[in-house]
Amino acid sequence: MSTEPFLVLSALLFTIGAFGVLIRRNAIVVFMCVELMLNAANLAFVTFARHHGNLDGQIAAFFVMVVAAAEVVVGLAIIVTIFRTRRSASVDDASLLKY
Amino acid sequence: MSVVGLLFLLMGAMAVGSALLVVTTARLVHSALWLVVTLGALAGCYLLLGAEFVAWVQILIYVGAVVVLLLFALMLTRAPTGVQTGLTTGNRVVAAATAGVVGLVLVTVVVAGFGGARVSVDEESVGSATSMGDAIFRHWVLPFEVLSVLLLAALVGAIVLSRGRASSGEETP
Repeated sequence: MSTEPFLVLSALLFTIGAFGVLIRRNAIVVFMCVELMLNAANLAFVTFARHHGNLDGQIAAFFVMVVAAAEVVVGLAIIVTIFRTRRSASVDDASLLKY
Repeated sequence: MSVVGLLFLLMGAMAVGSALLVVTTARLVHSALWLVVTLGALAGCYLLLGAEFVAWVQILIYVGAVVVLLLFALMLTRAPTGVQTGLTTGNRVVAAATAGVVGLVLVTVVVAGFGGARVSVDEESVGSATSMGDAIFRHWVLPFEVLSVLLLAALVGAIVLSRGRASSGEETP
């Protein structure tokens, strides 16, 4: 089987994630879309690992997953803190630095 | 078409369809649940590519921990469970155009760069836990240790951030 379909799937998922980040208002759903993009990158890593016949890409994907878990923990703590002070989880309301 | 190709088609269709639902559904909790389907389908793709360990880590970390955390955050921010309006911003057209261009560029680059490349999916699994452990602790020890420090920092950061205002006010008047 050729490498191409896996990479095209990865590109499609990345595109869908980017679209979601751009259109959704709820900060947590934006987070889910970021996770989609990270997973698309992971799929590309694993595909290239298979393509080159070594394990480095799989290890990179593993590291990305762990960093993503740390990122989710801190990000959600920030979102919950913003919700506590401003009573809203919408990214449009977090415009404190705008003016 | 081979069995692997058929399975890939199935997993890919599942992943793309549920990812679209994550982005477009009008119920916030459903969006998290569709994310589970996407991540599971991706884990299936990893298995097809022989990355057994990565697939199990995907299930454990993403489906087991990250999605549960997201659901908890949805509950903590009092997200309504019903159908909602006004979930998307007004710049839908610009966003679609941007995402479309990104997708076009990515697909073009991938097809141009790896058009005829083949992977052999017949040989035995290369990414078993044994070989991954060997590779991590033989060649990637330093990044692994740095990662443990990063996780500790994230843990401390999350605790500091999510402490209530009252308790932090006592310590730093």
